[in-house]
Amino acid sequence: MEAKTLFDKIWDSHVVKKVEGGPNVLYIDRHLIHEVTSPVAFLGLKNRGLKVFRPEQTTATPDHNVPTENQHLSIVDELSRNQVEMLKRNCAEHGIKYHDLQSEGHGIVHIIGPEKGLTQPGMTIVCGDSHTSTHGAFGAIAFGIGTSEVEMVLASQSIMQPKPKKMRITINGELKQGVTAKDIALFIISKISTSGGTGHFIEYAGSAIKSLSMEGRMTLCNLSIESGARGGMIAPDETTFNYMKGREFVPKGKDWEQAVEKWKNLKSDEDAVFDTEYSYDAADIEPMITYGTNPGMGIGITKNIPIYNGMGESDKKTLEKALKYMEFSPGDKMLGKTIDYVFLGSCTNGRIEDFRAFTAFVKGKKKAPNVNAWLVPGSKHVEQQIKEEGLLEILEEAGFKLRQPGCSACLAMNDDKIPEGKYAVSTTNRNFEGRQGPGARTLLASPLTAAAAAITGKVTDPRELMDNEFLETDKTLEPV
Amino acid sequence: MAYDKFSVIKSPAVPLPVENVDTDQIIPARFLKAVERKGFGENLFRDWRYNKDGSPKSDFPLNNAKYSGKILVAGKNFGSGSSREHAAWAIYDYGFRVVVSSFFADIFKNNAINNGLLPVVVTPEFLERIFETIEKNPEAEFKTNLKEQTLTNLTTGETEEFEINAYKKHCLKNGLDDIDYLVRMKDEITAFEEANS
Repeated sequence: MEAKTLFDKIWDSHVVKKVEGGPNVLYIDRHLIHEVTSPVAFLGLKNRGLKVFRPEQTTATPDHNVPTENQHLSIVDELSRNQVEMLKRNCAEHGIKYHDLQSEGHGIVHIIGPEKGLTQPGMTIVCGDSHTSTHGAFGAIAFGIGTSEVEMVLASQSIMQPKPKKMRITINGELKQGVTAKDIALFIISKISTSGGTGHFIEYAGSAIKSLSMEGRMTLCNLSIESGARGGMIAPDETTFNYMKGREFVPKGKDWEQAVEKWKNLKSDEDAVFDTEYSYDAADIEPMITYGTNPGMGIGITKNIPIYNGMGESDKKTLEKALKYMEFSPGDKMLGKTIDYVFLGSCTNGRIEDFRAFTAFVKGKKKAPNVNAWLVPGSKHVEQQIKEEGLLEILEEAGFKLRQPGCSACLAMNDDKIPEGKYAVSTTNRNFEGRQGPGARTLLASPLTAAAAAITGKVTDPRELMDNEFLETDKTLEPV
Repeated sequence: MAYDKFSVIKSPAVPLPVENVDTDQIIPARFLKAVERKGFGENLFRDWRYNKDGSPKSDFPLNNAKYSGKILVAGKNFGSGSSREHAAWAIYDYGFRVVVSSFFADIFKNNAINNGLLPVVVTPEFLERIFETIEKNPEAEFKTNLKEQTLTNLTTGETEEFEINAYKKHCLKNGLDDIDYLVRMKDEITAFEEANS
């Protein structure tokens, strides 16, 4: 039998039909929807007189547009309120499970999927959001789709897609202290660029990947799309099963044992061939930060912004445009640059481990007076954990406040906008022009680097401030 | 989603010689609050096209009267980032029917085809010459022929073939979409579910 990759195994077992001279009809196990990319899809169904084909396989939550303060009140912005209410109405009409803003189960769509155990190995998972790649951390094929495709899934539980190529990125060795999954991702994208993964689905492998917690794996897979790849995945192992066990929607009892046995086979065959392979040494990765206007423009935090010398004409033009927007100069040191905002949150870094890391770092220190810090948990569950674990007191003691769950300033659709010209060290996924608000300037980094910036008010190497006390509390980074 | 049937488009082109144009630039998130697929063209490239006070930025190609037409020509890696289909809707709504680049991001490319907007991939050299041609003569015309799968620079006479799979080509030519196809397949999909349960 032909050797298969993990991706092949899952994809091939979900092909309903291969259209001649065209794409595959791919069956979708799990569909997640939110308020922004679904209304036109529901409208399309209505215009065609169709019902949702498998409503029990779709789960909904409003996240992109929601306020992160006073969620118990009606949403003030009329257009946002309308979108959220429309999602609620559409779900009620079609019998789709909807996690209301006020409910316990509310949160960012890619945070609540894994939290509830909706995300499982071997599944195909789609959502009208590019960061659906997050769910690949469980050994699932998960990717973002457009609204037309949301309508396809609602209408037929299937979509039409050509099969992507396969890429493997192997990272062996031990990560240095202060280096997180976020840094691995920014490191990879800085190497292969924002288009290096295009046309591919990535499998992450190697000892450094294996050593990541489940939440770290989610951060890494989340950022796969920023390299242009459709998604990223990691073969499930004990870390995966330990994380999943007992969650609401995972199999229970004997069914659980059987499922785990089946999931253990989800790995690439040893002689499977990938279309593209990259390999890096974990020891070469340091805490990363971006200086430009796409996630590929990242460097180790102690490095300087590239200079034009030796660059091709088009690369030079791209860098010039980015640095003009950022008001940085070629050759600048990133360390020591004054910043105005810190944002902790999003589907990239809005999980409990991110808050534990940030909190452990700022414990006993004080927020710099020049910094506005927005700390936005990824879900109600994360918010609850922050309170139960006593992190909130530590954060408040250090001068921080906690907001309520949502996508918030990651894409600034709600009121959480970084003001024009201001610099934000942000744990999110995109530093595009205006992404966090018109004219806002984003420096992407890990929760640790964000915490360091929040304390000093400047771009700071988190390792410089990691004292013995931090190392003792470092155990809080372990998965629950 | 209904769109115009696609055959041959002969038109001048609007140049956007910028690389890595992400979908946040094509349509910023704050304009994604509509619940119908209408009017997105107004905010196409909003922050590159308009000043804060709403006045047009004179140096942006869409605001330059010498450029017109149904073809948008952009630098490599066009449409990266967010999966928002609003980006394809905005480009179509503005009046473009073809986007030419040497490289497209995957999700954008799918979204474009699903909305009757043809993404045409050309070689970097061919793209460079298109930009040169437009710079010399903004009224220069280009011909996109879906049946032949060719793009012709009518000034230089150069032609390049582009790829599109037979199924999608059929859809574009006839104004059909995947939903029609999938809904007709429901029995097969149900059988697949039963076989795999």
